[in-house]
Amino acid sequence: MLLKNSYLVFKKDLSSELRTRYVINSLLMFVLVTISIIRFAIGDEKADNEILTGLLWIAVFFTSVSGLSRTFVKEEEKETSVALKLSTGSDSVIIGKLLFNSALTFSLNALILFLFVIITDYQIKNLSGFLLVLIFGNLGLVSASTIIAAIISKANSKGTLYPVLSFPVLLPLLITVINATKLASLGAETDKLFGEIQILVSYFIVVTVASLMLFKYVWED
Amino acid sequence: MKSIEIVCDNLSKIYSGKVIFKNLSLKLSSGNSVSILGKNGSGKSTLIKILSGIISANKGSITVSENNIPVPGNLCYTKIGLISPYLNLYDELTAYENLKFFCGLKNNSDIGIDEKINFYLNRVKLFDKRNETVKNFSSGMKQKLKLIFAVINEPGILYMDEPGTNLDSEGIDIVYETAEEHKKNGILVVATNDKEDIKLCERSINIEDYK
Repeated sequence: MLLKNSYLVFKKDLSSELRTRYVINSLLMFVLVTISIIRFAIGDEKADNEILTGLLWIAVFFTSVSGLSRTFVKEEEKETSVALKLSTGSDSVIIGKLLFNSALTFSLNALILFLFVIITDYQIKNLSGFLLVLIFGNLGLVSASTIIAAIISKANSKGTLYPVLSFPVLLPLLITVINATKLASLGAETDKLFGEIQILVSYFIVVTVASLMLFKYVWED
Repeated sequence: MKSIEIVCDNLSKIYSGKVIFKNLSLKLSSGNSVSILGKNGSGKSTLIKILSGIISANKGSITVSENNIPVPGNLCYTKIGLISPYLNLYDELTAYENLKFFCGLKNNSDIGIDEKINFYLNRVKLFDKRNETVKNFSSGMKQKLKLIFAVINEPGILYMDEPGTNLDSEGIDIVYETAEEHKKNGILVVATNDKEDIKLCERSINIEDYK
């Protein structure tokens, strides 16, 4: 029942999103604007990988921050959360939202990476290590952003509160993931990234478990 | 038929330092119906929200039992149907998709769901509009769809908060028929100030008596 309902919530969010493009359109514009600004800022200079990695994660972070909060905010603003509360348990809702936010983040980040590599000539020397870091980094980002989105959806000043609340929670993840991405792009072997990957996996597990435990209190009142 | 009971013990709600109600106790069993009365802003909707588990009370407890076995707090929603102005369905989905989604969440199996949805859509005369998105519905049509949402899973307890809102006389008749049918075996709670709505219930409580 839990898995079935989580899947139904995910499917509903996906079909809802594909129909209204409530989040996708604004995020696509955001990605294009951010990548364009990076392009203009770099100009014809040859930026090294350390700087480019930082710029890549700035684009990923702000895209996630502007997009991931919307699934919960929309439920509250359109007053559909009450119907959802009366139809399924809180666990199904948070897992469904996590699945939707993961799908959204992975698709957008694939696009960001593609555009970023094209416009900046970003070199990735250890692709498998890079992808591993990107996957676990994104999982942690989605996990933390989703529970923070649930919390701020109850607040009045949603827009300003979200980056303020998410930054300290995401800081350990961002520091680790930026460092690991930089190492992978410079060609460090995957086994040398093991420490960073362990931190990213642990962060994801801890935040997801905490989200599952805390969400019912956020959702119920 | 399963018997259902709800016991509210000394419920109190204080919001921003203002007492909405205090020490409100209520016991209802299958076949009982009660209307909640009170001026605008007196806290009728707040009480309905607390009873249906959307928000919590500051003090007191609510116990729902089925066949004399208490239902765990996290599963009470399975016994509750609610029609209210602060509950909306998804505008971007069609009437059918909305009902299918919510029925899917409450039922283990999809068997018979389509028949149920079609039966209720026919009953409220929305069958022809089943594949239209809800955003194109009038407020009365939305209210009828909310009525289906509230009763389609045959809840033991039906809460109605201003159920006649935006409905024409035909729609109001459908609401009354549904309420009459429900209270034969379930519990009906109506928050209203409408004299006709009050007649649906065997007794009334005035929320202002609990200030």
